[in-house]
Amino acid sequence: MAFTLGFHIVLASLGVAFPAMMLIANYRGLRRADPDALLLAQRWSKVAAVTFAVGAVTGTVLSFEFGLLWPAFTSRFGDVFGVLFAIEGIFFFLEAIFFAIYIYGWKRLSPWAHFWTGVPIAVTGLGGAFSVVAVNSWMNQPQGFTPSSGDVTKVEPLKVIFNRAVPYEVPHMILAAYLVTGFLIASVYAVGMLRGRRDRYHRLGLLIPLTVAAIVTPIQFAVGDTAARSIADDQPVKFAAMECVQKTATHVTEYLGGRCTSSGVKGGIGIPGFDSFLVGWSTDTQVTGLDSVAPDDRPPANTMLHLSFDAMVGICTALIGLGLWLGIAWWRKRDIPQTKWFLRATAVSGVAAVVALECGWIVTEVGRQPWIVYEFMRTEDAVTQASGVWVTFSVVMALYTVLGAALVVTLRVMARRWREVEVEEDDVPYGPRPGGSPTVVSGAQ
Amino acid sequence: MSSADASAGVLWVGVTFYAVFGGADFGGGFWALVAGGGEAGRRPRDLIDAAIGTVWEANHVWLIFVLVVLWTAFPTAFGSIFSTLFIPLSLAALGIVLRGSGFAFHATARRLAGRQLAQRLFGVSSLLTPFFMGTVVGAVASGRVPVGNAKGDPVSSWLNPVSLLVGALFVATCAYLAAVFLVSEARRAGAADLERYFTVRALGAAVVAGVVGVAGIVVLHSDARYLYDRLTHEGLPLVIISVLCGAGVLVALRRRATRGVRPLAVGAVVAVLWGWGVAQYPYLLPEKLKIADGAAPSATLTALLIVFGVAVVLVLPSIALLFTLGQRSLIEETKRPKPTQ
Repeated sequence: MAFTLGFHIVLASLGVAFPAMMLIANYRGLRRADPDALLLAQRWSKVAAVTFAVGAVTGTVLSFEFGLLWPAFTSRFGDVFGVLFAIEGIFFFLEAIFFAIYIYGWKRLSPWAHFWTGVPIAVTGLGGAFSVVAVNSWMNQPQGFTPSSGDVTKVEPLKVIFNRAVPYEVPHMILAAYLVTGFLIASVYAVGMLRGRRDRYHRLGLLIPLTVAAIVTPIQFAVGDTAARSIADDQPVKFAAMECVQKTATHVTEYLGGRCTSSGVKGGIGIPGFDSFLVGWSTDTQVTGLDSVAPDDRPPANTMLHLSFDAMVGICTALIGLGLWLGIAWWRKRDIPQTKWFLRATAVSGVAAVVALECGWIVTEVGRQPWIVYEFMRTEDAVTQASGVWVTFSVVMALYTVLGAALVVTLRVMARRWREVEVEEDDVPYGPRPGGSPTVVSGAQ
Repeated sequence: MSSADASAGVLWVGVTFYAVFGGADFGGGFWALVAGGGEAGRRPRDLIDAAIGTVWEANHVWLIFVLVVLWTAFPTAFGSIFSTLFIPLSLAALGIVLRGSGFAFHATARRLAGRQLAQRLFGVSSLLTPFFMGTVVGAVASGRVPVGNAKGDPVSSWLNPVSLLVGALFVATCAYLAAVFLVSEARRAGAADLERYFTVRALGAAVVAGVVGVAGIVVLHSDARYLYDRLTHEGLPLVIISVLCGAGVLVALRRRATRGVRPLAVGAVVAVLWGWGVAQYPYLLPEKLKIADGAAPSATLTALLIVFGVAVVLVLPSIALLFTLGQRSLIEETKRPKPTQ
């Protein structure tokens, strides 16, 4: 499930944020009668359609996995967190419906009506992200049910939906979706420009998503910082594992990098007292260590957790730098930076953002172990008793590898085809409209 | 009616929508497979693609709806079913992945080999997925799923006469629904040859579904007596309605009626489904777990019913919009088969 979720999280991020990018291009195209922007919007809608379809498939598989892998978890707590998935079901349904209308409506609907059929996609994407991430928040900060052991007999849905972790986890994930999508799309056009395709179409394709990402990244940094501090309060053991804090103490050193061992961090860069300072704005702040709980209750793979956390923060910092670079160049010259190094950095930013996303996911999931529902249910008690799950698991691994490869190949084929045929009939988004007639079939150019 | 019964009703509404829309969708894949990959099968395949293209995702969201309602309102039943029947359910999930990606990729795959592979994946998984889902339904209906984490037999729970028969019934029903819908699609596209093509197939599938259905009743008599007794008493009116609707479809297709075929075909399927629902009531897992005993706490059920109410207000009009735009050709796939001259 970890594997399928790690796969789904990228597609889901695209599902949440790609429609917004597509609508920005669409809006610009209509407002300024900009054919390049319209062409981008139309092509993005086709790409988004493919990733959304694959995302829908992986999402369906995930709902199967709740039963196939975690029947005990779902049996006991399905009635607690299930309502959130029911809400997400509505959002997803609406998203799928309007996606279909938008994608297949290019030719026949009037341009502005068509634009407005796209708006619900972006809105429902946000709603869906809220509901799903709220479930994960609840697993981190379970509340709203009694009794604390055995079958749940009483549920308070509002307490479940608006649990303690929602205020920081949900914004963090939604911003991450926009950040990843923005850098990912921009990186594609950066590669194109590095290969010499420096036309206006490519510059616009880079500029729109990169601007969104550049705005989102610093906000994300602040939200992430708040999240980390809240985790120090809400899940001190997870925080201790992220920062490799072995013993509860004040004046705790902040380590960048390094290996976690029981006698402290080996090989990292230490900043004395800084960890305490980050948690409570003073080096006197006490930070809870791993020794506060029994060894059985500590997360595994400490070094990986610590490095994932550092990588996420490090990548985010570097991406802020990239955003600033764009901002300064735009402020001074009203253009993207002309140097190849900017394009190279942008080309790498997409992959880097995905890595940061996966690292963040590792931190929140592995950091919660050994619990599936924090301090209420252990992962080992949640798993299915059916034998042969490993077979299922291996098949799923193989399948997803093929799926990922097929997705990449398909998108590349689409891109190549678009390059070969500069403007094919299909790619003229809206036809000419003599006399302002709203529904004229396109293709006459 | 208790909120547990109401939630079971909501679940059944979801099952019904999935059976009709998802079923027709699977059936479309079945006919695409039967049409073959060559030039001869091209026109029917194009018609199927055009019919499914705009709606396939929406059709399959119903499955997620059903799963979510099941685990929210009846978590024990969900856990028991999924842990015992993990083999057919894993295979169904596999089919869903292959089918979805086959469909997502076949439109974009340029090379013939890639496209044919994607099409074949789409077709084969359209056949296998409903079959395995049918075996799951058969296992539940014949009382082979005990309460608990993987407490039932992982193999014989779904490899048994009732399960296999229900699996076959599912495939036949999907093909039947799809063929009936495709007759209308062909008429709308002005393709008389395809209209004849799918009329013949709809008649064939209707007969096969009917035969499998009768065989099913015989098997139920010996293998799932509880369900048989209830189906022939409490559920009997619905079974009769289904048979009448099915007969009506045969007559209407023979006479090339333009109206009423689709509602009758849907009616036949829906009546059987609700017949099963009535026959199984008040059990979630026949003779093992009752609806009232397996239900979630009341606050959860209330929240779920509220969410369902919101869904009815928001989602149904949107679906209506989607299908209306599709039927008026305001949204469309680029390549629909051309009308015959």
